[in-house]
Amino acid sequence: MADDEIILSELSDDELVLQMHDDLYDGLKEEIEESVNILLERKWTPYDVLTKALVAGMTIVGYDFRDGILFVPEVLLAANAMKAGMFILKPLLAETGAPRMGKMVIGTVKGDIHDIGKNLVAMMMEGAGFEVRDLGINNSVEKYLAALEEDQPDILGMSALLTTTMPYMKVVIDTLKEKGLREEYIVLVGGAPLNEEFGKAIGADAYCRDAAVAVETAKQYMLRKHNAVAG
Amino acid sequence: MSDLLATLLSTRDWLMADGATGTNLFNMGLSSGDAPEMWNIEKADNIRKLYQGAVDAGSDIFLTNSFGANASRLKLHNLQGRTHELNKIAAELGREIADKAGRPVVVAGSMGPTGEIFAPMGSMTHEIAVEVFHEQAEGLKAGGADVLWVETISAAEEFRAAAEAARLAGMPWCGTMSFDTAGRTMMGITSASLADLVEKLPHPPLAFGANCGVGASDLMRTILGFAAQGSALPIIAKGNAGIPKYHDGHIHYDGTPALMAEYAVLARDAGAKIIGGCCGTMPEHLRAMHEALMTRPRGPRPTLELIAEKLGGFSSASDGTGDDAGPVRRVRRRG
Repeated sequence: MADDEIILSELSDDELVLQMHDDLYDGLKEEIEESVNILLERKWTPYDVLTKALVAGMTIVGYDFRDGILFVPEVLLAANAMKAGMFILKPLLAETGAPRMGKMVIGTVKGDIHDIGKNLVAMMMEGAGFEVRDLGINNSVEKYLAALEEDQPDILGMSALLTTTMPYMKVVIDTLKEKGLREEYIVLVGGAPLNEEFGKAIGADAYCRDAAVAVETAKQYMLRKHNAVAG
Repeated sequence: MSDLLATLLSTRDWLMADGATGTNLFNMGLSSGDAPEMWNIEKADNIRKLYQGAVDAGSDIFLTNSFGANASRLKLHNLQGRTHELNKIAAELGREIADKAGRPVVVAGSMGPTGEIFAPMGSMTHEIAVEVFHEQAEGLKAGGADVLWVETISAAEEFRAAAEAARLAGMPWCGTMSFDTAGRTMMGITSASLADLVEKLPHPPLAFGANCGVGASDLMRTILGFAAQGSALPIIAKGNAGIPKYHDGHIHYDGTPALMAEYAVLARDAGAKIIGGCCGTMPEHLRAMHEALMTRPRGPRPTLELIAEKLGGFSSASDGTGDDAGPVRRVRRRG
């Protein structure tokens, strides 16, 4: 097999990182695990392995998903490979006090039991280095609020597949406003029947068309947030 | 086993299917989050009204209120133990309405997706999916459905499993996928690959096609994609009445009856033999579609330009078929 022609440990750092981008793209879990370990043995910091190899690789996957070149099965395989790499890095990242990308609480709204899109966003956000708490399906405003209180995330993500459940997002946002909490969080919404106009109408920060756009949007808002603090 | 649909397909030039189930039921007061199938028991009159609305608007085929009545979906409501019962009643209520229609009307037993992703990415297997669909199919058959109607599928594996379940139940079936992601299904299936898949099934459907997705224009492009493959099987078009829009706390689909009438005629010209609506398609849309199909002459197969002009633009530049199949995967360094 042609696979045997590539010996990961013999590649230079630069070549290995490019190879990891390709291997993530192809969803090759074991190869990613091996490469992560090689870079760590070469004294790379866990944070550099995460950002330069894994996150950068998943960004390419995200672009091609956004552009209709990759579809859900390929993205799930890539995310799975990413996850295997993250599993090795996670304890090391904590030990080394690496900078955080940000934290997200995400869930499908009350009355809605659909979760494929929401799961994809959660995976891609993890793939981008975010910490994600997934509340699952059918979440009431109380459940969102409790999780926000407990986790103090930067971002709240809400998902809905049904035209009858998407208005519930406004209930959650209105409750945040009432409690004076709206400005504490970046609120991102998504789901098949939604659109930008809807996102604006209900007072979300942004509507995200798909998981790749969610990641890009989250990164932009995190950057703005940091700049605001620095300024 | 009834062969009503096969008979109608061989004797009629076109058949009209029904419109939305969910949109109609929500307008009757169904709360989101409740299993719509429980209304087969708790609000049977509303379900009769739903079916009657399609029949009165001229539909030759209507779908039963059983879309999510497979054990895999029902377990989210802790109703998985009532799969057979809920499907049987959905079909019985349909039988009751169809049999007094005074003309042949097909009761199509709706079977939606399991909501699970197949291995290796997810946990669903062919064997489990066949079992889940077969249980539902037997319930629909017991209630007197004429045909099984598998819809809104996005994975080839799931389509194959439903075909196998129909074979086990000894039932004729129809199958449609939802092409909602850059002209493909969520799992990346193109119109051309569904047409190929259908040809190779050991228990092929009576008809195949597309439902739901993104608006009427995208669905029309998918129908042209099927037609280009030259399949001998009849094609089904069941598009949404436009795009959902938000107004004052409510959602409504922006497709007018006039637009859906235009869509119905274009779908027939494109080669669809069974034409209906999906989300947002109410009886008034169906009436307009029926009138247009009855009164307007057939035209040449529409071009993409004509479709965009009459129904609005497409959600993506390409749908992954034809000479300009759009951007392709990056080159792999391995293998």
